Amino acid sequence: MENKTPILELLNISKRFPGVIALNDVTLTVDTGEIVALIGENGAGKSTLMKILGGAISRDSGTVKIEGQPAEIKSPREASALGIEFIHQELSVLDNLDVAANIFLRREPTKAGPLKLIDRPRLYREADALLAKLGLDLPSRTSLSRLSLAQQQLVEIARAISTGARIIIMDEPTSSLSLTETNRLLEIVKDLKAHHVSIIYISHRLHEVEEIADRAVVLRDGRNAGELARNEINRDRMVRMMVGRDLKELFTTANGDGLKDKHPDWFAVETLRTQRYPNHAVSFNVARGEVLGIAGLVGSGRSEMARTIFGVDEAIEAKIKLNGETLKFATPRDAINHGVYLVPEDRRSCGLVVDFNVRENISLPNLESYSTAKIINTAKETTAALSAVKSINIKTPSPEMRAANLSGGNQQKVVLARWLTFSPKVIIFDEPTRGIDVGAKAEIYALIRKLASEGVSVIVISSEMEEVLGISDRIAVMHEGRITGFLDRSQFSEEAVMHLATGAAG
Amino acid sequence: MKKELGIFILLVVLCIIVSIKNPNFLLAINLQNLARQIGAFGIFSIGLGLVIITGGIELSVGSMMALLGVFMSMMLTEWGVGVVPAILLCILVSMVLSLTHGLLITRLNMQPFIVTLCGLLFYRGLARFITNDETKGFGTVAGLDFLRYVANGNLFGIPMPFVLLILIALVTWVLLHRSVYGRYLFATGRNAEAARYAGINTKQIITAAYVIAGALTAISGIIIAFYTNSVSPANHGNAYELYGIAAAVLGGCSLRGGEGSIVGILIGTALLQVLRNLVNLLGIPSSLDFAVMGAVILIGVMADQILTERRNRRQVTQMRSATKS
Repeated sequence: MENKTPILELLNISKRFPGVIALNDVTLTVDTGEIVALIGENGAGKSTLMKILGGAISRDSGTVKIEGQPAEIKSPREASALGIEFIHQELSVLDNLDVAANIFLRREPTKAGPLKLIDRPRLYREADALLAKLGLDLPSRTSLSRLSLAQQQLVEIARAISTGARIIIMDEPTSSLSLTETNRLLEIVKDLKAHHVSIIYISHRLHEVEEIADRAVVLRDGRNAGELARNEINRDRMVRMMVGRDLKELFTTANGDGLKDKHPDWFAVETLRTQRYPNHAVSFNVARGEVLGIAGLVGSGRSEMARTIFGVDEAIEAKIKLNGETLKFATPRDAINHGVYLVPEDRRSCGLVVDFNVRENISLPNLESYSTAKIINTAKETTAALSAVKSINIKTPSPEMRAANLSGGNQQKVVLARWLTFSPKVIIFDEPTRGIDVGAKAEIYALIRKLASEGVSVIVISSEMEEVLGISDRIAVMHEGRITGFLDRSQFSEEAVMHLATGAAG
Repeated sequence: MKKELGIFILLVVLCIIVSIKNPNFLLAINLQNLARQIGAFGIFSIGLGLVIITGGIELSVGSMMALLGVFMSMMLTEWGVGVVPAILLCILVSMVLSLTHGLLITRLNMQPFIVTLCGLLFYRGLARFITNDETKGFGTVAGLDFLRYVANGNLFGIPMPFVLLILIALVTWVLLHRSVYGRYLFATGRNAEAARYAGINTKQIITAAYVIAGALTAISGIIIAFYTNSVSPANHGNAYELYGIAAAVLGGCSLRGGEGSIVGILIGTALLQVLRNLVNLLGIPSSLDFAVMGAVILIGVMADQILTERRNRRQVTQMRSATKS
């Protein structure tokens, strides 16, 4: 590099949240025109570090330097003024506006005069020119709501590039892109590098990292776990650094094989069509005591499927059998009454009432059984909560603690605890360990395995490759609303899953 | 409990100031009058509070009272309906109309503000139309002694509306703070999505809150109609919904839903009525009474907000130092 001073330095950054150290003395530097891959498992601290850089959250200690100068970034706007742009995993485009308006949001070309009217011809001209330059085939006058998720992602990327940013942070930019779109994006990233733009590239897709990164910085449990130079980057080294220990430790293998053979079709989804993908019928079976993993990319319709089975979303068509009996779940209550439960993807907005305490959260779906003549018996609730806290090791000072104050792992255990107070037949986990630290992860995996060995049919939807390969007895892979294939344990490999997840028929 | 304590202290301080400035405040007749008002307003405020806990709002209370008032008068004086059937019909009509609000809100996903605003306009118009805009009274019809007693009488010196309020408050307290329904109501108000995932029929819970509010509005409406003894369809009950909303908010209900208590609503109602009383007793021009009320509510809610935020910040700092050590 001709420029000896790194363009960006994050030095000795630490950040604590109640109950968890998110970042512990983390350092990351980026040179001009360098592509740095920031990798690590979910919960390793990547997002927290980037949020600190973007000014969304404050750091407890450490220094941020831009071109050697200390910088205090307090808002995304200040970051933007310093030439730092973010492309988030969750889209931040406005879907009521069109492509051009999104690209030039807050930077609209205006006509002369005090009213600052938007110069619409110029807006579209510049947008078209930019899209052409990036080789993106997007109509600038189309409302974002009519574009696919992938196209919206590309609009977001176009916006970041159009600001003339010097540093672009891409957080899982390809998670909803098809293979061709991904390749296009990687070309764009290389092109940006050629124009001396620095990129921080966060991805779980290690082959992308292998392809484009100049350097890989690995985080693990909120610390720097090491760095790999361009010629050292290979998948095995990255995985070893990210995990930091033998993965097999995390997963126990106890299961109820005997049960599986006796009840191969215990839970049978014969046809299920969701509102998201009304034309694609999904069908699969889960044996008693089996853990069926469901893999696939974001947007492949896995969560919609889970919600539709559970009765949260209305089904277009649903034919579901449990132990040979045909069931209809119009509401979650119907599913719950038949012993079919969902541990949803978003704990804080769907899994829990976070302002309720642990006791109230655990008893919520089963309140009638703690009541006499519709009046709640708090003593009974407390007894049940205490025994749940003890049996699955929920770390809370008391059952009266607000759920919001617990760590992610313990919140997840509270969600699970409420279903364990019943006698579950089928439990669907949607991203059960997202944002949970490694210790709690292992506990959740052990609980999932224990449930299976007790004869419960378990479905685990997961975007984490290691997780879905480690926990499942069998994997169904989804792509755009269809199941593209099933894999037995003997066929398990990251490549096989990715192959099916990107749309290849099994 | 902390929220109620703050507003309770404000109430006590106000009472002390008024009684020092004008000792007539403490006269039995004044206190009785005050209690009667608190009773009449408190009953429907509790209903409104339940609706607010769902995260909704009910704006049609005042118009509903005008409609129910003229309906009551016509049933008793013109159509010869008996007292008991008239009371029951009145409550039933109110519950059915509120049920409609609830169903429009939960089944058609309409916004509570819009639905009940239309109710506010519609019932007022209807009340004026069916009476030809004439004021209705209860005349000299015999057999209304019971209703007059409920509105104007005392039990051991305590005004009947206040006695009724206490009874209703006890029942709704158990309902809200001890029953399964109450827990579901709070869960729904806090986070309807999470409540649904827990198997709660949130639509039913919300609709029920509107229906309960309808019943309580009818009871308040009957008391107030017999208290004023005449119902002018154009003005009767004007802006009463705002008294209810103010009482609930002062008493700690959040318009975002999921927060509130019966005790808080009672104290909020009392505070509002003391304020109206204070305007009279302190010789403040009565044209200013809304201004005084507005100012006190604003200051009360503002103080509460500032204290809450300060408390939250302190908690965060405490947690931070706790995790550091």
